[in-house]
Amino acid sequence: MSGPLLKLEGLHVRFSAARGIRSLLAGREKQTFDAVAGVSLEIEPGECLAIVGESGSGKTTLARAINGLTPIAEGKAWISGEPLHDKPDWTAVRRQTAMMFQDPVGSLSPRMTVRNLILEPFRIHGIAIGEPERKARKLLAAAGLSQEFLDRYPHQLSGGQARRVGVARALALDPALLLADEPTAGLDVSVQGEILTLLNKLRGELGLAILIITHNLNIIRHVADRIGVMYLGRLIETGPVEEVFANPAHPYTRALLAANPEPDPDARLTRIALKGEVPSLLARPKGCEFHPRCPWAHEDCATRAPDLASVSGARRKARCLHPFPDFECRSEAAGGK
Amino acid sequence: MSIAERSSFKYTAVGRLMSDPLAVAAVTIIALLVLCAVFADAIAPYDYKALNVRERFAPPSFVHLLGTDNLGRDTFSRLLFGARIALFVGLTSVGLAALIGLMLGMVAGFGPRWLDNAILFLFDTLRAYPTIILALALGALLPPGLGTVILVVVLTTFSEYGRVARTQTQALSAQEFIDAERAMGASPARILFMHILPNVLGPFFILAAINLPVVITIEAGMSFLGVGVAPGTPSWGATLKDGFDYIRNTPWLIVSGGIPLVLVTLGFTFLGESLRDVLDPKLRKER
Repeated sequence: MSGPLLKLEGLHVRFSAARGIRSLLAGREKQTFDAVAGVSLEIEPGECLAIVGESGSGKTTLARAINGLTPIAEGKAWISGEPLHDKPDWTAVRRQTAMMFQDPVGSLSPRMTVRNLILEPFRIHGIAIGEPERKARKLLAAAGLSQEFLDRYPHQLSGGQARRVGVARALALDPALLLADEPTAGLDVSVQGEILTLLNKLRGELGLAILIITHNLNIIRHVADRIGVMYLGRLIETGPVEEVFANPAHPYTRALLAANPEPDPDARLTRIALKGEVPSLLARPKGCEFHPRCPWAHEDCATRAPDLASVSGARRKARCLHPFPDFECRSEAAGGK
Repeated sequence: MSIAERSSFKYTAVGRLMSDPLAVAAVTIIALLVLCAVFADAIAPYDYKALNVRERFAPPSFVHLLGTDNLGRDTFSRLLFGARIALFVGLTSVGLAALIGLMLGMVAGFGPRWLDNAILFLFDTLRAYPTIILALALGALLPPGLGTVILVVVLTTFSEYGRVARTQTQALSAQEFIDAERAMGASPARILFMHILPNVLGPFFILAAINLPVVITIEAGMSFLGVGVAPGTPSWGATLKDGFDYIRNTPWLIVSGGIPLVLVTLGFTFLGESLRDVLDPKLRKER
């Protein structure tokens, strides 16, 4: 296959804000906001990209837009050359993009047995399978569960087991892209490890591309090749995981990494305290959207809006007027305040 | 616990239902009622229509188990045939009302906003009419008979089923497994029938079971008011009405006319409660 598997160009997802009775009476126009505001990215076949960011940064909405669960308001998107912005055949698109949801048990239909849950994708797409029983066992085994789970109902499964069923179901149709929304949310740390190892293994075996959405930075190092940091619906930094972790270019990434719990007490980084709260999507700050919270903000940050531009090599990009490391010397002065 | 044990009788829905003494009582009452209705011809000692003027207002005795009414008709025989009417009216109107309510409610809960509003408006309008007022109005317009009774009951009760179906559908649609189904490419029809319907049905059976005696009471009430079944039909309500009219002559008529209504109400209410315990998937764990 030539070209990227998934390509997004200036993708916008728009929601309208709930209106209060006062604005209804005043006849004010419906307010809208962009939960995803112009995201451009590419995923190569077999690549794993992790999207991180705070709650409300638009990570999940981005994944839902790729799968058509939330309509694309503006911008363009292609999956293996098929345009998603131009009324695609979603059934066909969804056949090659599997999605895993945050709640491992809640994303399984409660009155279906594991067997039926795993075979559901085949039935939806009307794919004939010679021996359903064998297929179900094989898929379950690939996800690391024994066949005795076939007759269980979702409420009889633990979080980790339900997640494995979710993995088995996601892989049933041999998708090209897996959209994994918080694949480790709500799981014990040991189970998180097992699930990540499983995803890694399957990725190696099947050549699957994965888009992982998470706010858990620790899991990214285990699975992802590249990382994309989102803030207020925009990507603010992208690059290879190792490089971004070693030397984040955007102040927000730096703060995010510094806030990450580190198991080794000696290796603890100095915390970077961000001022204030995440701004409302209805009132985006002017200039650089991060400047009101940025400990290193310059005067021009309040007026000039930065683009996602290359920093230190073609593989890394950051949306910052004064990205690290060239800004390193000034940071100490600011940090001393 | 092994898989074999898990699928044993104790863990099937019927098995769990039968381990509840309340449910056993309910099923016994309902079974008796059904037997009476089905074999009324064989059990009844007299023809329910046969007049016997010489034995008017007879008290209970071995000749007439529950006495006779103002025309000397055997009350016990009339009550047996009344079970037939009660069950027929109850099952038909509950079935129809539940079916209409289920379809409209699921469409309202799953469909676009305007359709939801339109269907809700219909529900609210019908809900606003007290059953008896509607019964009197329709009873005056239409010829008395079981058809009129069923029509009134369906008109006044289907919105209740509709509301339950709509609320359930809406709550389910917001759940992640519905998103997961959509993300896999499932069609709206498949989501509605394969994933929402089975989860709506549980509460529905409970509601239907609890509503069945209400419906039978409505039929009795309409017959009591004279807008129900045609005169001479051995409905329980008609028996009660006769008992009311002649309460000075004989108290037995009104007592024996009320007993089956009490039994039916208890039976189906118990059944509804036990069904709720059994049909809720969250309670379906080994206790």
